[in-house]
Amino acid sequence: MTELWYDLEPFLQQGTLGLVNGAFYALLSLGLAVIFGMLNVINFAHGAQFMLGAVVAWMLLSYAGIGYWGALILSPLLVGLLGVAIERTMISRLYKLDHLYGLLLTFGLALIIEGVVRNQYGVSGLPYGVPDAFRMPPVDLGYMLMPAYRFWIVVVSIMVCLGTWYAIEKTKIGSYLRAAVERPQLVQAFGVNVPLMMTATYGAGVALAAFAGVLAAPIYSVHPAMGANFIIIVFAVVVIGGMGSIMGSVVAGYMLGVVEGFVRVWWPEASATVVFVIMAIVLLLRPAGLFGRK
Amino acid sequence: MLEVRGLEAWYGESHVLHGVDLDVADGEIVTLLGRNGAGKSTTIKAIIGVVERRKGSIRYNGTETIGLAPDRIARLGIAWCPEERGIFAGLTVKENLLLPPEIAPSRVDLDRIYTLFPNLKERLSSPGTKLSGGEQQMLAIARIMRTGAKLMLLDEPTEGLAPVIIQQIGRTVQALKEIGLTVLLVEQNFRFAQTVADRHYVMEHGRIVDMIPRAELEASMDRLHSYLGV
Repeated sequence: MTELWYDLEPFLQQGTLGLVNGAFYALLSLGLAVIFGMLNVINFAHGAQFMLGAVVAWMLLSYAGIGYWGALILSPLLVGLLGVAIERTMISRLYKLDHLYGLLLTFGLALIIEGVVRNQYGVSGLPYGVPDAFRMPPVDLGYMLMPAYRFWIVVVSIMVCLGTWYAIEKTKIGSYLRAAVERPQLVQAFGVNVPLMMTATYGAGVALAAFAGVLAAPIYSVHPAMGANFIIIVFAVVVIGGMGSIMGSVVAGYMLGVVEGFVRVWWPEASATVVFVIMAIVLLLRPAGLFGRK
Repeated sequence: MLEVRGLEAWYGESHVLHGVDLDVADGEIVTLLGRNGAGKSTTIKAIIGVVERRKGSIRYNGTETIGLAPDRIARLGIAWCPEERGIFAGLTVKENLLLPPEIAPSRVDLDRIYTLFPNLKERLSSPGTKLSGGEQQMLAIARIMRTGAKLMLLDEPTEGLAPVIIQQIGRTVQALKEIGLTVLLVEQNFRFAQTVADRHYVMEHGRIVDMIPRAELEASMDRLHSYLGV
């Protein structure tokens, strides 16, 4: 028994650390799923908006002296407002066209946002320390010691994902949202301002990406490409979970983070590729994704 | 209550309505009859504002609505019950029922709806599209009854339903009249339409070509048959 435990321990440890990556996958793919479900737009700018969340947190600290907790509220709000402006002035003109146009537009926006940040701050990365509140001994999980800040990331991301799920599945506004995903025209003909709802949804999805960016700032260096590194994996997560499925994107996010952790123990070189291998298998066996309808 | 003048509408490049004129008075049940493709459903969609392009004049209780978005038109008191019924698969029966926002105080509360449609009450937590076709139609009508809308645009409520269900829909339309709703009804099934309506408009090629009040129906049967080709 002792020996079996000894064998399992590295898996438990890496799996638990994998939950930290999984937390970011879940938060980002959740935002993508909500935006895709409601607007039918594949938001390629999601990674850049995640990065912007981290950069704005750094700016708030450097220029205004606003720390981590303030940034956790303000940065998603500011980046979300930018999202609202983008939806109103650009994306809303594309709803009647093919998906491809929304994808191209948001891809272009991602390049612009990353370019501006690179010009302004360079590529070397901006320092953002772990907040003082988490300068404490690591959390003892029994099989490992987990840094307090990473523990916090897992906890808060689960709370945000559950909150979003609740808002969409169990509230009145959520029922408008689900109904408008199916038949936007009819929901609007019931007297609901659907265009406004679409703007708000995009803003909320973008704010969620920026929130994840602020969470990431203390553990990944804040630099222009930090979103691009994540977003490719996150797209794979969305495909595995099922395009547009809220539950699917969240569950697949955490699950793939953990799987990456397991693979890191057993075959470290493959851990960066395993998500794409799983994506290929899922696409072959269940093209609509693990939780997709149809 | 509703005055439509010179209404034209387009789907993409195709010009579907070529100047529709019609009136519906408060409390009336009026049908739009005509063959497939005459523009009946499009007329209704143009009134609620969900066609791509429209022009002409649609006045509702004196308010011009031709330039308004569908949600603004709905807020004035007009409700649309579409041909495909529009029951949401991702929502339960109860969520479907409670979905349309109340736009005015309604005389019909949930208890009254459950009395009128006991089938719905038994299935509140099942997904909306698990209901039978007839039950879905009842749900589509019931959810509008609670919103306090005054004018219902009802598109082919009997399509694809069994005769015994059609009778039930007929009683439902009578109930709508009793609670004070005005109904503009599109119907292919003339036998059904004649049992419920006060007046009939006949459409051909995107225009109204005739209007027959209930009292003149007997005398106008030959004319009507030639329009409808039945």
